[in-house]
Amino acid sequence: MKQFLSFVHKEFYHILRDGRTMLILLGMPVVQILLFGFAINMEVQHIRTVIFDPAQDAATRDITERLTANPYFHMQGYVYSSDEINKLLQRGETDVAIVYEQNFNENLVHSKKAQLQIIADASNPNTGTIVAGYVTAIVGEYHPHIPYRIEVENKLLYNPEMKSAYTFVPGIMGLVLMIICAIMTSISIVREKERGTMEVLLTSPLKPGTVLISKTVPYLALSFINLITILLLSYFVLGVPIQGNLALLVAVSVLFIFLSLSLGLLISTLVQTQVTAVLISGIGLMMPTLILSGMIFPIGNMPEPLQWVSSAVPARWYIAAVKKVMIEGLGFTHVVKEVGILTAMVVFLIGASIAKIKNRL
Amino acid sequence: MESEIVINVSELTKKFGSFTAVDRISFDVHKGEIFGFLGANGAGKTTAMQMLCGISKPTSGKGTVAGYDILKENEKIKRNIGYMSQRFSLYEDLKVWENIRLFGGIYGLTDKEIKEKTNELLHRLRFESERNTLVKSLPLGWKQKLAFSVAVFHTPQIVFLDEPTGGVDPAMRRQFWEMIYEASDRGITVFVTTHYMDEAEYCHRVSIMVDGRIEALDVPGNLKEIHQAQSMDEVFRKLARKATRMDNG
Repeated sequence: MKQFLSFVHKEFYHILRDGRTMLILLGMPVVQILLFGFAINMEVQHIRTVIFDPAQDAATRDITERLTANPYFHMQGYVYSSDEINKLLQRGETDVAIVYEQNFNENLVHSKKAQLQIIADASNPNTGTIVAGYVTAIVGEYHPHIPYRIEVENKLLYNPEMKSAYTFVPGIMGLVLMIICAIMTSISIVREKERGTMEVLLTSPLKPGTVLISKTVPYLALSFINLITILLLSYFVLGVPIQGNLALLVAVSVLFIFLSLSLGLLISTLVQTQVTAVLISGIGLMMPTLILSGMIFPIGNMPEPLQWVSSAVPARWYIAAVKKVMIEGLGFTHVVKEVGILTAMVVFLIGASIAKIKNRL
Repeated sequence: MESEIVINVSELTKKFGSFTAVDRISFDVHKGEIFGFLGANGAGKTTAMQMLCGISKPTSGKGTVAGYDILKENEKIKRNIGYMSQRFSLYEDLKVWENIRLFGGIYGLTDKEIKEKTNELLHRLRFESERNTLVKSLPLGWKQKLAFSVAVFHTPQIVFLDEPTGGVDPAMRRQFWEMIYEASDRGITVFVTTHYMDEAEYCHRVSIMVDGRIEALDVPGNLKEIHQAQSMDEVFRKLARKATRMDNG
């Protein structure tokens, strides 16, 4: 026990003395939360809008007013020909044009059918779709007779304001914990191999297992600090509520922290240099976490083979569980599958590292 | 020498696949002896040393270190040896006293023992003023003296030194060897590998490994006589010429 404590003590010195790394480790979640929360915004705002309204009747004016009043739209004014619309769109001076047909209200009243065209700049397909969606929704609210009816409620459940932060916060939690635990743990172990201090430790009465476990303790502590930072920032700064049970959220996170630590251990037993450790953890862990975890791109939209691959990405299950508990406010019974998969992964990784350590010499 | 034997190995062999790194070596080392373990790069020195330290399992052969079986009792061996590697073996970002305390703790010394021995050690090395200095800001020679002192801090029976004086100037090496003699006088057996043939002359006995086998083992004077050489350097070159193995570090 004394051995263990002496060693953990030393590990804390390593981290505390390396101010720059510590700043990165503690600052990273803050920067990421702020970046993803504000700068990288998947919401479309300030939609520059022009109106082509040959009808000029009660119905078209009402719809135009609704659009003007909506904070997402920035009304640029009326245009008077489709040529004008084309020019504006081509020059990138407007995002969307709304075109009413002639006798809009009359047609609506008499034949219960009036036509409205939305011309959106889809050079960025996501933005185009989202803008068209917004307009459709607003028009749909106006009058049931207009042949646009879309079901808005379903899509907006749990996130009525369509805030991106709701989807990003769980993702950032997965990413930050993965980086700190897996990458930093593997680097700190491999550093000992590289500097030759590992030989000294192996010839000492310290058991290899004790060395490895002591190495993870400081990163465990750092992860907790980061977890708390992320939750506080997302609650107070981004306004993401914690709907579900906080204890359950923390428990799931601890499980994921253990998983990341054991992943770091496994990497450290496989490689000999810090550069390889960084490459493997960087490319092997960060990229899949960013791309395949569902943090940015929905897993349901991926081709099937990629969906299988994503099942092997631990962050996918963690992020799914966090979304359920934190955003949707669901209880333990709804995350049993995720927790089960994460637990199985921990058991497998620890088993593999132990086997690897025993075989090393 | 009639004194107690602290290292005894016979027919010790280590194979990596079809490659025989260490080929049936046998020798004894006595208590308090300074035993030079020489060989070109790739001759198998490090592998042999790792087996003696209990961090590598021999393929065949047997032996005892500090009275314990290297096959079965390597945990007990580890408690009774010290080790200093060719690469610098202290933590650069820890202070001098923190390094000493860490290794004291690892070897299970009590806080009181560590405190007393640290004061005594720093006094002996005239290092008191450097107690709170980070190791990375010490000159290389001092670092190595400190690393050696840490390796013998828990008064092991045997200390293994793997090219301890690499990259140090001759004056510093001389001082380092004084520390080695001092440890030997205190009854600590010193098992040392080196590249410097002048250092081989300082050893009580020297073994020379070529291609995984021990080609010569005697006191330096006898070796020079047998091989009709002026210096250990010449002895070494005559023996090493027989090597057929590639220099694979």
